Amino acid sequence: MSKADLNIDIHYVTRVEGHGNIVVDAKGGKLEKVEWQVPEAPRYFEAMVVGQKWDVLHHITSRICGICSIGHTLASVKTTEAAMGIEVSEQTELLRRLAIQAENLQSHTLHVGYLVLPDLVGAGSVIPLASSHPEEVGLVIRLHRLSNEMSDIICGRTTHPQRIVPGGFTKLPTTAQLKELRDRILAAEGDLAAFEGLLKALAPKIPNFTRETEYVALTDKREYALYDGDIASSLGDKAPVSEYLSWTNEYLVPQSTAKYTKRRKDSLMVGALARFNVNHSQLGARAKKTAANLGLTAPCHNPYMNSIAQFVEIVDFLDSTVAIIDELSKRGLKEEEFKVTPKAGRGIGSVEVPRGILFHDYTYDANGFCTAANCIIPTNQNHANIQLDMEKLVPTIMDKPQKEVELALEMLVRAYDPCISCSTHYLKVNFK
Amino acid sequence: MAKPRVAFFDFASCEGDQLTVINLEEQLLEVLKLVDVVSFREAMKEHSDDYDIAFIEGSCTREQDEERLKKIRANAKLVVAIGACATMGGINSIKNTRPLEQVRREVYGDKWQDYPTYATRGIDKVIKVDAYVHGCPMTKSEFVKVVKALLAGTKPDIPDYPVCVDCKKAGNVCVFEKGQTCVGPITRAGCNACCVTEGAVCWGCRGLIPNPNVDAHKEVLEKYGLTVDELKNKFNLYFGGEKLA
Repeated sequence: MSKADLNIDIHYVTRVEGHGNIVVDAKGGKLEKVEWQVPEAPRYFEAMVVGQKWDVLHHITSRICGICSIGHTLASVKTTEAAMGIEVSEQTELLRRLAIQAENLQSHTLHVGYLVLPDLVGAGSVIPLASSHPEEVGLVIRLHRLSNEMSDIICGRTTHPQRIVPGGFTKLPTTAQLKELRDRILAAEGDLAAFEGLLKALAPKIPNFTRETEYVALTDKREYALYDGDIASSLGDKAPVSEYLSWTNEYLVPQSTAKYTKRRKDSLMVGALARFNVNHSQLGARAKKTAANLGLTAPCHNPYMNSIAQFVEIVDFLDSTVAIIDELSKRGLKEEEFKVTPKAGRGIGSVEVPRGILFHDYTYDANGFCTAANCIIPTNQNHANIQLDMEKLVPTIMDKPQKEVELALEMLVRAYDPCISCSTHYLKVNFK
Repeated sequence: MAKPRVAFFDFASCEGDQLTVINLEEQLLEVLKLVDVVSFREAMKEHSDDYDIAFIEGSCTREQDEERLKKIRANAKLVVAIGACATMGGINSIKNTRPLEQVRREVYGDKWQDYPTYATRGIDKVIKVDAYVHGCPMTKSEFVKVVKALLAGTKPDIPDYPVCVDCKKAGNVCVFEKGQTCVGPITRAGCNACCVTEGAVCWGCRGLIPNPNVDAHKEVLEKYGLTVDELKNKFNLYFGGEKLA
């Protein structure tokens, strides 16, 4: 029988986006409290966009998140297009696929390379690794820069992109830029292999913890879904994005300014691991090989493996970027005219951002002014799952020294790659 | 001489400015040779309250955050506001343009009183700020410029003329000519008019020029029959926090 006393109060978990706390109390082996808290200052985006015109909505909602600003912009323009019945060209769709891949590449590289790697080598941050492991840090920086430059080429900027608007792109990359990007991706093969080797060597440090839960992701019969698709569950059912409210079911909890969600089980998980669990059969051959090499097989119920799933996606997205560039080169890039005529209506749009499935939902009046909005962020959908993981994990490790328990819990939160400032502000607006 | 100790903090924001620091990539390693980073929650586990320069991202949106801001001010020799949310309230200040109770009810329903908030403001409405890095997000080059100036003990050279000047240099077609509205004539330059160059408009993220009534780009205003106040009100994404006394 355990006699452990624990008094954990990690006030702001580090190396995550936003503010989250971990609180654990145990006396004489009796667990009294395990809590994942979100004290982030709410920002009220859904109320901020009310009264704003259609042509600024994507600019405002992009600011929900600095890391996923491309994804928010894409979800926003898709939502406005759905509300107003606007069709976009195939070229626009291809470029948008590149944009969402660039963002996922950037964010995953940042997460695995800068935020998770220090835990696996026992450092507090990537800064001391720059002198102790210069080669490894060098390759992470090169991959990170490559994905940021890809965002620059496609979106005009890495954070808060300007070219992506309802209807299309205000400016196109040049054919020469795309060709150079393609060459650089192919030249990054060595770095990618070295990164994989590093993760393989460090894989034994990844905690072995499992808890079965529901995994939710977009799914698309044409491809490993990021840009479009239906909502699908690892429990087997799926539905069009328009039914998102019955898949999220937000609710408030006292310890959090962010809302929680659940569906068929007590909690659900979204993000790279959820996408892998739902859509793994659609990964390319190289990504499948990487997954097998790193010990990731579907279904995987270990949340710590989310970082490995992100790396598998890095491999896959680099390959599909090359394929899309080839397709665009074959077609030839063309300047396209597009015009938006405001129309009353409600639209719902969804994309897979680095941390999982994202929904925007706007209602416009006949002049194109927003009258109601709702956004559901991936991290909101993960908060309850983090809480339940902690409740299962702590009793199994509570006899260990407090420092080890703390590290295991911090690593758990980090594995979800939470984007807490995004997740704080939302709730339903009543649609009647 | 010991290297200056620097710390990063964030309040209500998207953390895009701290991401911009990380996006310096190899250049960040050069900056790290000149300073010791002692606190950066988004990127490192270590934390110390002993620092010389505090970089603060995000706006102040709650009374309870004022205490934390004041503590940072007391610890730091220099405070630098990074990004539009910190320098002037930023996008978060759109909230100020609607009745606050209504905003709170729309987001938190009947539990709205459990989630305190007040009018969004830049951090200089709460504490003294020694330097500003404008923009949403700030640019990498201006951040590096301000850091270098602070380390050299000089004042960074930040433009106080309107974006129209940058836009002309960039050779852009005037946004008004395309029938759109733009706040470039009253917004601080220094961004190379990057948004207009990408096919968008100037949204005002670098804040008003110091004397908009005197220094606005009159040529455009006269040509399109607009006053400075009309422009401020017509298109108001970033200026909401500046209206607070």
